[in-house]
Amino acid sequence: MAIAGLPEEEYLSCGHRACAGCGAATAIRLITKAAGKNSILVESTGCIEVISTPYPETAWKLPWIHGAFENPSSIASGISAALKAKGIEDEINVVAFGGDGSTYDIGLGHISGAFERGDNFTYICYDNEAYMNTGIQRSGATPYGASTTTSPAGRESIGKVEWKKDIIHILAAHKSPYLASASIGYPTDAFKKIRKAIETKGPTFVNLFATCPTGWRSDPAKSIELAKLAVETGVVPLYEIINGKHVVGMPRDISKLKPVEEYLKVQGRYRHLFRPEKKEMEINFIQERVKENLALLLEYAETGH
Amino acid sequence: MTKTVMEASHAISEAVKMIKPDVVPAYPITPQTHIVERISDFVADGDLKTEYMRVESEFAAISACLGASATGVRVYTSTSAQGLALMFEILFIVSGMRLPVGMTVVNRAMSAPISIWNDHQDSISCRDTGWIQMYAETAQECYDLTLMQYKISENKNVLLPSMVCLDGFTLSHVYEPFDVPSQGRVDDFLPRYSPYHAILDPEQPLTLGAIGFPSHYMELRYSQIEAMENSIDIIEKTFNEFSDKFPVQVERSRPERYFHTEEYLMDDAEIVLVAMGSVCGTIKSAVDKLREKGERVGLLKLITYRPFPRDAIKNALKDVKKVAVLEKAVSPGANGPVFDEISSLLYEGDKRPEIRSFIIGLGGRDVRLDHIERIYEMTKEGKGKKQEWMF
Repeated sequence: MAIAGLPEEEYLSCGHRACAGCGAATAIRLITKAAGKNSILVESTGCIEVISTPYPETAWKLPWIHGAFENPSSIASGISAALKAKGIEDEINVVAFGGDGSTYDIGLGHISGAFERGDNFTYICYDNEAYMNTGIQRSGATPYGASTTTSPAGRESIGKVEWKKDIIHILAAHKSPYLASASIGYPTDAFKKIRKAIETKGPTFVNLFATCPTGWRSDPAKSIELAKLAVETGVVPLYEIINGKHVVGMPRDISKLKPVEEYLKVQGRYRHLFRPEKKEMEINFIQERVKENLALLLEYAETGH
Repeated sequence: MTKTVMEASHAISEAVKMIKPDVVPAYPITPQTHIVERISDFVADGDLKTEYMRVESEFAAISACLGASATGVRVYTSTSAQGLALMFEILFIVSGMRLPVGMTVVNRAMSAPISIWNDHQDSISCRDTGWIQMYAETAQECYDLTLMQYKISENKNVLLPSMVCLDGFTLSHVYEPFDVPSQGRVDDFLPRYSPYHAILDPEQPLTLGAIGFPSHYMELRYSQIEAMENSIDIIEKTFNEFSDKFPVQVERSRPERYFHTEEYLMDDAEIVLVAMGSVCGTIKSAVDKLREKGERVGLLKLITYRPFPRDAIKNALKDVKKVAVLEKAVSPGANGPVFDEISSLLYEGDKRPEIRSFIIGLGGRDVRLDHIERIYEMTKEGKGKKQEWMF
């Protein structure tokens, strides 16, 4: 990943077993580049531990620990406490990360506990919007209308019928000093946000949107483009909440958004919205809600919230 | 040394203060609360320097223990019943990662029906999680075993987590005299923890918690089983060292010399009652009374339950005619768990004594002297069913 301004060091070695076009693997490379050498990484159960640690091999060049699905935040809290006991908490970054199943669903209570206590670590969710490791099942992060193996589209179903959980604002209610939404489609922006999160003392969070071509049934060659398109259509707005104040990066102009249809139609998980006949009502619903969400974020930013 | 009178919970807290854990993730559950409350007092008064974490659940507590222990520091937590059940998943992970975490389990019945009172169903159902388990009868044993559990767990040939189990209320909330040695002598017995394993350290990157494919899983499990087998000897050595360094100060507060089991009036005993925990005090009184009547009866108290001290038990029961296993746990659809394990041991011997199972004290049901006497009579006369419930 030769991107100007990003460190050249790689901490996830090549030869790991991720699928072609895996957005999570790209996410991990960004996270580790931002974290740097003096870091301890904590990971939830998921694709990443499977693809990177087939015993006795490992792809990790940083200290890395995996406990269970729901507890990377609690393990990170324990590590952070141990570093404090050793008097070296300012020398080492503790970075926990998990997929959206771990973060939005099964592990949310533990993240809440750690954030309430003000434990000193950064949590990053690589958000690919379903339980991908177990075979593309619906999570609290799966978007409205997406077909998964437990929310399949069918004659009487349009896929998932609930909107995606707003994790960043749940954590904003915990008064975290730094929260951000990022996408692997904008690696420099993502890198800077992760860096900022790590440099900010206390519990901080980045939701890092990461394509899963296997689960989204999208072209593996276009993972980065798709992660960009999610931003350009406003489906995934990029913003920060710094000490309670919203800062919206992009997009900033609702009238110039690309239509969500462009984003939906290139993914197999939304195929049923276009075939056998186009479901205009559903697509319009998604379009309007995307605009509303972005309008709300921009309003927060303008009014100093 | 100082002779003191405290409730057994506070004997544990006192021991925790003296072993100086670096991190204590704590979450309250009845009847364990007094332990973590007292530790928080120590922290509030500056008597114990530790990272005391007020976590949001037992699941978080054990997970934080995992993270902290993997970072190479000494860790303590405690729980009861539902809390232990909530930890269940992570108990396997802590032992599988060979982390020497120390925990106290204040034994309490499992819900439903909800009960805050004592039995052993909580820790017995965790017997296969790969944790060392030791059961205390008295406040002194609570204190002593808490010091010893770290010495055992942190031994490089063991590196397994351990639980010291004590009965909720019937022991945890009971005031007893016991001896607290000086900090210097405790430090001499249990020096500061220096991890033998590689730990999470950027200078030496290590991958912990890797995926074990079918090609490796069995070997890794086997090495863990070997460590548990090694611990039998290490526990014995630790018990010996402790018994040498800390002679009995308070009469009848603990065995003269610690061993996996305590044999009470067993020399010429024809009938032996086997049990664990605080009920052994009641059984000893019953044995005393029966002995006065000339009955040849004794008690075999199990202190170590995991690893199961096979040789010690086999040896203790080799010349006995009848054995009654009294236990505060059940395995629905099977026999009492301790009964089954002792039965299978005795099957290996030449002489197979008659063995009976008695379920006692579930959900805090009082176990009285007359219960024990009835158990003895039934065993002696061969009356009743193979498994009897002492309601």
